[in-house]
Parts: sequence; C-alpha cells; structure tokens
Amino acid sequence: MAGNALLDLDGVGKRFASPGRGAPAMQALQGVGFVLEPGRIMGLIGPDAAGKTTLLRICAGLVVPDAGEVAVFGDSVARLDRSRIGYMPQSGALYAELSVLQNLTLYARLRGLSRELWDERIAHLLDLTGLAPFTRRAAGRLSGGMRQKLAMACAVAAAPPLILLDEPSVGVDPLSRREIWQLARDLAGPETGIVWATSILDDAEQCDDVLVLHEGRREYFGAPAGLAEFAAGRCWSTPVPAENRRRVLRAALEQPTTIAGRIDGGEVRLTLRSVADQPPALGEGAGSAWRERRPHVDDGFAWLLDDASVLKPSAVAAAFPQIAANPDAPAAIEAIGLGKRYGDFVAVNDVSFSVAPGEVFGLLGPNGAGKSTTFRMLCGLARPSAGHGRVAGHDLTTASAEARQALGYMPQKFSLYADLSVAANLRFVAGAYGLAGAHAKEAIERAVENLSLGAFWQLSAGTLPLGVKQRLALAAAVMHAPRVLFLDEPTSGVDPLVRREFWHHITAIADRGVAVLVTTHFMDEAELCDRLLLISQAEAIAHGTPEQLKQQALAVRTAGATLEDAFIALIAAQRERIRAEAA
Amino acid sequence: MSARGATAAVMAKEWAQIWRDPSTIGLVLVLPLLLMFLFGSAVSLDTTATRTGIVDRDRSAASRDLVAAFARNRYFAIQEAPAVEPLARAMLADEVRGIVVIPEGFGRGLANGRPRDIQMLTDGAQPNTAAFIAGHARGLLATWSAARLGERGEARPPVLQINARYRYNPGLRSRYTLVPGAIAIVMAMIGTMLTALIVAREYERGTMEGLLASPIPVPLLVAAKLFPYFVLGLAATAVCVGVAIVAYDLPFRGTFPALLLISAAFLSAVLGQGLLISAGTRNQFVSTQFALLSGFLPSLLLSGFLFEIDSMPQPIQYLTYIVPARYLIPPLQSVFLTGDIWAIFWPNAAIMFGFGAFFFWRVTKAIGRTIA
Repeated sequence: MAGNALLDLDGVGKRFASPGRGAPAMQALQGVGFVLEPGRIMGLIGPDAAGKTTLLRICAGLVVPDAGEVAVFGDSVARLDRSRIGYMPQSGALYAELSVLQNLTLYARLRGLSRELWDERIAHLLDLTGLAPFTRRAAGRLSGGMRQKLAMACAVAAAPPLILLDEPSVGVDPLSRREIWQLARDLAGPETGIVWATSILDDAEQCDDVLVLHEGRREYFGAPAGLAEFAAGRCWSTPVPAENRRRVLRAALEQPTTIAGRIDGGEVRLTLRSVADQPPALGEGAGSAWRERRPHVDDGFAWLLDDASVLKPSAVAAAFPQIAANPDAPAAIEAIGLGKRYGDFVAVNDVSFSVAPGEVFGLLGPNGAGKSTTFRMLCGLARPSAGHGRVAGHDLTTASAEARQALGYMPQKFSLYADLSVAANLRFVAGAYGLAGAHAKEAIERAVENLSLGAFWQLSAGTLPLGVKQRLALAAAVMHAPRVLFLDEPTSGVDPLVRREFWHHITAIADRGVAVLVTTHFMDEAELCDRLLLISQAEAIAHGTPEQLKQQALAVRTAGATLEDAFIALIAAQRERIRAEAA
Repeated sequence: MSARGATAAVMAKEWAQIWRDPSTIGLVLVLPLLLMFLFGSAVSLDTTATRTGIVDRDRSAASRDLVAAFARNRYFAIQEAPAVEPLARAMLADEVRGIVVIPEGFGRGLANGRPRDIQMLTDGAQPNTAAFIAGHARGLLATWSAARLGERGEARPPVLQINARYRYNPGLRSRYTLVPGAIAIVMAMIGTMLTALIVAREYERGTMEGLLASPIPVPLLVAAKLFPYFVLGLAATAVCVGVAIVAYDLPFRGTFPALLLISAAFLSAVLGQGLLISAGTRNQFVSTQFALLSGFLPSLLLSGFLFEIDSMPQPIQYLTYIVPARYLIPPLQSVFLTGDIWAIFWPNAAIMFGFGAFFFWRVTKAIGRTIA
C-alpha cells in the first residue's frame, strides 16, 4: 500500500445476483485497481453500466466487494471513518421538500461537523454555490444545475479529504457544468482527492488522471492526454457545406473503417479504426480533401471501446415512408408567440419558431429555462397561456385523437411501464396507437429488429440498462411512423456509443421528410441540427443555424470558436442585459 | 464525530418533513377522529328499537293491552296493520324486521285459561336481529302475562331466579368494551401506516444512500427516524382517548401513567412493524398496502375486539398470540373500566415491548450498512 494514498484499490471484483425474472447475474467489476494521491482529480469514465457507480460505492463502504483489496486513507475500507469522505450519489440524495438550508444543515451535522464550525462553513458553502439567495427554497424547486451544486455542497459539508462524485454533471447544461467544475475545484483543498464519475468526455479533459471502465474492467488508467494518444494518426476532418454535412457524416459512419464521427464547426470529423485506413472518398460537392487532426480524449475513448461494430444504414428510418421534398409545404411544427405562466412565474414567454418537414430543430438552454414546457405545449400536454402551437397542421390542445397519430413523442423521463416486459410495453404502445392484429405484430417485430431489442424481449423494462431503456422509448415513439417526432433529451445520461447510434437514426429519420424537434445539453449533438433555438430564462435569445449562433455570440462578446462557447456567451450577455435593466 | 449530533440532525429532518407534509398531520389528527366515530357509532352489539309490524286479529281488550305493551317497550318500534300481507311486503323491502300476529280468540282463550299462541315472524336473512326480536318478544310476553296474572291475584313466585349484576359495566353497554377495542384498532392502523412509508421513501428517492454514506450508526439512524413518529403516535392516542371520554362517555378509572405505559408499549410494537415492512419492501406503494393489511385486519379480527378469543377454534387462538393488539385491549379496557391493575399491565406491556425490540432489531438488519 502506498504511503499516503487516499485510495488504493487492487484487483477489486463484484458480482451481483440476477435482479429479477430472466435477467442474468452481472459481473459489475473485475480486477479493477488504481491509486488516488492527495490533491488529484481522477475521472472515472465509461459507458452506461460499466461499473462506475459500483466502484464509487465500494470506495464509500456502501458495497462490499467479492474480491480484491480496498484501502481508504491507508486502512481497510471495513474500518472506514465515514465522516472523512464526501460521497455524492447519482440521485444527489437531497430531500426535495426540505429547504436548501435544511439539506445543508442535515448533512453537515450527519457528517459530524462540530457546532462551532457550522455557521461559518455553511455560509462559505452557500457563497461558493451561489445559493445564498435561495436558502429557504425547497431543494425540489431548484433548477437542475443548482440542485447538483447543492448536492455537491451537502456531500462536502464537513470538508472531507476524499470526495467521491457520481455523475455530478449528468443532465446539466454546458454553463452549469462549467460552474460545477469550478465549484469542485473551490471546494477541494490542496490535499483533497476527487473521484469524478462521468459518461461525458468533456469532463475527462479536466481531470489529472482518468480511469476508463468498460463492462467492469479497467481499460485505461493514466493522464487524459494518454487516452487521446490511442487515436493518434486516426483523426481526420474536412470542411463540408452545411447542406451536405449530415449526409457525408452518415455515409462515413457506415464505412467499416470508421469508429466515430461528428460535426465540429463547419467540418466533418472522423476517428478511424487503423492508422493505415484512409477516410472515405468525398462525393460531388462535398468539400475539399481530408486533413489529419490532433486526437482528443473522445477519439481515444471511442478507439478504446471500439467493439468493431459498423453502423448500418438506419433501418428505423427505412420504416418511415419517404415524404417528398416540397419547398411550398407548410411548416410541420409551428410555435406562434407561445407563452406559459404558473401564477406569477413565467415559464415561457413569447417563443416563436417553425420547423419544416425533413428538418432537425434543436432547443438548447440551461436547465429550467422553459424548453420542456415549450415541448409540452406543442404536444398538447400543457395549455399555453398565450399564443398557440401547431403540429402537422393541428392545434394539439384541441385536436382529435387521429391528429395525434402524426406525432411521436419521447419524454425526458422513462415513461413506459417498468414492471412490464419489453414485449408487453411494445404491445401496449402499438395498441395505444390503434395498431392491431397483423399490423401491430409487424410494427413490433420491425421495432425490435431495427433497435436490437430482441435479447431483452422478456425482461422487465425497469431492469434494463439506461441505453437499452432509451432504445425502447425510441421504438415506442416511432412505431407508428409519425410525420413529426419530438425527442426531449433523448440521450441524457447515456454513453457516447449509444448517443452515436441514436443520432444516426435521428438524422436518417429526418431525411425521410420527418420534422424532428429535439432538446439536448450536448453541443456535439446541437451541431447535428439544421437550426437551433436558444432559450434562457423563459425567452428565446438566439435563433439560427449552428454557424449563425456562433456569429451572434461573436457579435455580443469575444467568445471562443465552439458552439459551447457561443452558448455560454449568449447566456452571459442576456444576464448582463437583465442586470443592466434592473439597475 | 458526534453520534448525538447526527441523531439529532436526523430527528430534526424527520420533524421538518412531517411539518412540510400535511398528510402526516392528517393521519395523526383527522384519521383517529374519523375512525373513532365510525367504530364507536357504527359498530354496536346493542339493539335499540327495531321496526316491528303487529297484526291484531282479535281486537279484544287483552289484545289491545298487549299491543300497547309492545308499543311501550323500548326495543320495538311498532307499525300496526290490519293484515299480514302489507307487513310481509314491508319485510321484503327491509322496512320491518319482524311481524307479531295476535290470533282471533286470543282474549277469550286467555279468559278461559286456554291461551292461544302468538305468532312471531322474523327475517331469517338477518339472523342476529331475528334472534334479538324473538328473544325480546318472548321476554315481553312473559312479563306481560305475569303482570296479568298478578292483577287477577294469581301470581306465583318463580321457583328459582338468577340475580345478575354486571360489574364494571352495570348497563351492559357493549360500547364500554368496544371503544377501547376501537382505540386499539385505530392505533394499530395509524402506527403501522405512519412508519410504513418513511424508510421506503428514503430508498425510492435515493436519499438512503446519502444517509448510509454518513457516519451515523444504523441503530441510531432507525431510532432517530422512529422517535418523531412515536410522539405523533402518542398524540393520535390522546385524540382517541379524548373522543372515548368526551363523546362516548366512557369512565376513566385508571391513571394516566398507566395509560402512557401501555400505549408506549403498543406503539413500539406497531411502529416497529411498519418500519420493518418499509425497510423490507423498499417500495412505498407495496409498503402502504402491506401495512394496511397487516396492521388493520389481524387487529380487527384476531385481537378479541369483535370476536372473543376464547370462543375461537384452538389453532386460531394460537394465531392471536402474534397480534400485538391482543395485548393492548385487556389493559386498555381495565384502564377505562376497572382502574389500574398492574398484574394485567406489566406482562402485556412487556410482551408488546418485546415485539418492539424484535422489530427494531430486524429493521437494523434489513437496512444493513450497504446499499445493494
């Protein structure tokens, strides 16, 4: 055991019994080891169900491993002094009905912070988190970003030398994510060690070390730069005109030589399997030649986790009838001066936009900005206080059931029946959309085949890994081949591999002439949209193509070149404007 | 670290949650009132005036006198008719429960010393009421004929007579024994419901992970979660006892320390039971249903509240030993009707505290120190 290491794990293994009927037992971890020295931040990255949570719980003494040695502060975890670790579970463990101050006080006292230090420490935490104006607000009424900050403050209330954070940045917008990172650095002393579990690769770049977990095994442990190195000589990009980008990217991803790809600025960027491989030839009007690029962490991660699978042309999209392109066609989705108030609270104020058939339209914005409310008003799930929305020519707050057939909706939270099997859920959805007999059977079989749900057919939906749940939810939303598709954070919490597959389907579905409205916190996904609307504090503050948004950001302040920089700059500009108006 | 501070923190948190959740207060204050009035008023083993039809075919002085005797009696509400037919229809419609028919020649027969029988028709579909009416009618006739004989100077003293005296409940009012039983049922139900949610809720919302990751020892955690509900349970008991004394006019012949002892013992058992269900299921929905079933039904059926345990079949009697309410009803009845009888209080309280301790131990085991 190392002298003053905070964590020293060696050969740790954990197996879980089958969670229920038909589900297999799971080897959550196998032979995992690492050392965390004081003052370092270790990123624990890996796809969904890789074993990240189990590993953190083992370090916190909440799960007993079957095999291996776990030393915390140089002593066995069995004799762990729990007041010296700050563990933030994935749920945040906040009491939603209690106030910010009550939550903080509870955890400060639970973790044994002595009475004399209370007031000072809590004042300090409130100051750092920016929650001081909201001490009396119920935790459940905070926005997602603020809730994560409060959860982190609760975890570290007693200033522990070891901080374990389970996905603190999941489901959080880029601005809040930056703030959460700043908060973690502010909270950590020079001798504090942090373990930061995440499936977001942008987080990994911020860490001193990263541990890559995949299916319970350690795939890599070392500096983030070392992870990027795996993809050296395999990254290529080329500028492509906007109208061709998605098509070029999709064609490249369907090549056996390509592992991953995305749109980065005005370019299509690919990660290839082998240094010997060349990017696919560009078609007519697709732009200039490919150039080799410096690898990023996400390129290395994609290479490391590559399972040699090749994306096939989306069969999900092929099941949609092709809607002929028609420049005179009416808008598929229209929001005209949409507004929603709850009492004094304005959730959405005067939002207008329209989406043409075949277009992917992204709603961006911080947590709690009003995106989901806008969504719900368009789907007819909430009645607008002002303005109106039309979907495929119908106002869905008043339209008949048939009109709803035109809409496919995938809600943010998993909304199928957790205790029913995949089969029963799909049969239910088919019935709900009026599919019966041979039609229903055919639609279900197609969905199962196209989204590879066959292996999970008899399992309860609640026991599925998150990525499979999301695939099931997508299957349910597209089973009846709607002309308009609403996706509310379809990739929140899922790993890069599933995200890549999802967007492969989404862009292909749009090319069949379907209008897609999607919300996301991932800027690489936003780059795949034709147009974006940035909503912040209930108002639409920017509107246009990803390129136009970057231009608008440059107009208000000197921002960086990425969409994330633009996002943050535009919101900061709005805040300044509001502050100036108030003053 | 200070275990005391952590315990106090959890307790403060429970109080804050109770305060923010009006349904808990409703459960403690409103539900006991509702249930006490329901059980106290609706469940009664006494009969009051029963609607009874009467047909006087004789219309003699004697028969009129007998009709008048029925009309005066407090167990009968008389509805007279010239023939059986309309009354029989009324019985079908549940408007009368019995029909008394006085035959022709009733008065003459009485005078001749060859009295004719009175017919009593009852609704056998309501066996209890039917038996009550028939019994009361028989008693009324006996009194009536004795009085007639006395008037004519032919009264003979009966050979043997029992002189019954009902101690502790001189009026033999079933309410006196039912209301303490109802208190036990209400407390069993509220006690299990109060705690059935509280651990399951922590698991469902993911807050249990936060508590387990903190240094507080599990037994202290359970105790800290339990204590506020113990106080609430005592408050609910106070409401029940208040209703019993004020609204149902029950005597309170014991002392409050005795009442406190037995209520505390019972609450420790039922709160523990709810907590164990909660920790075992880790699911609020299942937990509530199970708590309602396991708290309410056995207490109602097997505690001796409605059915006397002594008259149950032997195997069922054994089953009653694991129903905590069985040990509450006798001491509760004596604290109301008899006074402090410590020979009843101590052993029953000890058994109930034993249940409580067992449940507490199982709960700490069920929660454990780990999450998975």
